[in-house]
Amino acid sequence: MPDNPCDNCGSKAATVNLTQIENNEMFSYHLCEDCAAQKGLEATTEPPASPLPDFLAQIGDEPREEETSNSECSFCGLAFTVFRETGRLGCPHCYETFESHLRRLLRRVHGGTKHVGKIYLPPDPTVSEIEKRMEALRRKLNRAVEAEDFERAAELRDRIRSLEPV
Amino acid sequence: MNDFTTIPDYGLSWLEASGDHSDIVLSTRVRLARNLQGHAFGTRARVNDRQAVLANFKEVFARSENLMKGTLLEMKDLGPRARRILLERRLVTSDLIGKTEGDLPAGTAVHFSHRDPLSVMVNEEDHLRVQSLLSGLRIQESWEIVDSLDEELGQELPYAFHHEFGFLTSCPTNVGSGLRASVFMHLPGLVLTKEIGKVLQGLTQVGLTFRGLYGEGSDVVGNFFQVSNQTTLGKSEEDLVDHLDKIVRQVIQYEMQARQVLLRDARGVTEDKIWRAYGLLRYARALSFEELMNLLSGVRLGLSLKLLPGLRVYTLNKMMIFTQSAHLEQAVGKDLGSEERDSHRAAYVRRILSSEGDVITNS
Repeated sequence: MPDNPCDNCGSKAATVNLTQIENNEMFSYHLCEDCAAQKGLEATTEPPASPLPDFLAQIGDEPREEETSNSECSFCGLAFTVFRETGRLGCPHCYETFESHLRRLLRRVHGGTKHVGKIYLPPDPTVSEIEKRMEALRRKLNRAVEAEDFERAAELRDRIRSLEPV
Repeated sequence: MNDFTTIPDYGLSWLEASGDHSDIVLSTRVRLARNLQGHAFGTRARVNDRQAVLANFKEVFARSENLMKGTLLEMKDLGPRARRILLERRLVTSDLIGKTEGDLPAGTAVHFSHRDPLSVMVNEEDHLRVQSLLSGLRIQESWEIVDSLDEELGQELPYAFHHEFGFLTSCPTNVGSGLRASVFMHLPGLVLTKEIGKVLQGLTQVGLTFRGLYGEGSDVVGNFFQVSNQTTLGKSEEDLVDHLDKIVRQVIQYEMQARQVLLRDARGVTEDKIWRAYGLLRYARALSFEELMNLLSGVRLGLSLKLLPGLRVYTLNKMMIFTQSAHLEQAVGKDLGSEERDSHRAAYVRRILSSEGDVITNS
């Protein structure tokens, strides 16, 4: 029985690290070459459930960057290595701490890094936050008018008015 | 409080089969993932983080009567069976109730609105998950009601929002809009004509993802599929919703065509399958949940093809929910072993079919 047995057959040494996504959860397998080849074969006979496993397996093979490999979020204590294993972040501050790695990950997963959806206005907004918000609402309003959804357009117009300086 | 009488329609209004294409699309769900500033979330959230989030939420619930008119259920106040019933009605996820018996995470709760078919899960993988669940294909409508509550909630609670990455979430696959829109579809035509593989592969090429509705991992049971958007970042919420709607409508067309092919080229075999399924449901003395789902698939197809007069989609939808294990145990009043469950399940199905779904036959 080898020191680090394969997760699948248990009889040979594990030499391959395989990561899969199922239902938005990441699973890491340590397999011997034969079982890894088998799992790889199985995966390709069905339509892929999600393109994520390929992206994340690719990332797993990348050389570690010096600047993030030992770092930890100062707010919640999440270690970069733990994030890589679980695929989960721990707090809003993690997005700053691991920014460069995340940017690459997001580009692979979503095809981009810039949020273009609705702009959030916190309970005590700054002027520029308000402006960005009004812009986004105006875009929504135009769409509603184009779609002749006048009820929604009226609702959006009221929201815009409530943000305008008195 | 284990009977959910204060939840509108016991959380089951989405079974009513009233939306578009409700024979093929069972239901539509839109959910937004949100986290609050200043607290860790998901696996890094400690007990006091979770309790603080729940306390903030309850405070909003207490002071904004109009906004939050509804029922708040804390998971710690519910017995294990009641929690499983919520899960079986698809109102909460297994992350909210804990995967094993003694494993209830702190501060978990769910709020059901009395105004709209909306709920908010508190302290699941993210601090807040605002979700709507409507019957049939109603993606735009589902999005609008969720958006509306999200706007109001966001004014009361400080969301974690990043100038570049958008709404911050525990899993990077949700970041940005935090929006996951899904439809539950019944696609027996595509499965029986062996076109399903192509269609599902096509979905993944246009930024959508799919999984089986029930069963372990990615197993498909009963020819039900959940189709949702994969991307949440880099597209506006309206674009994500429009795109899903467009693609789902195409899939509906393919499914309808496949059903016509079955009728045209294999009518005898198809009818036989359907009637056999009905016969088993009507008379069997023991049914496993998996067998039930497969038989329901045949009967659902039969109903859609107008081969089973007198049967309603609503009846079939109910059968999917009330035959699950916690529901059966609730009806019988005690815990059940697996054989007892199978026999009570069959009894329920016979009863409901004889009262609501006795198909009129003339041959």
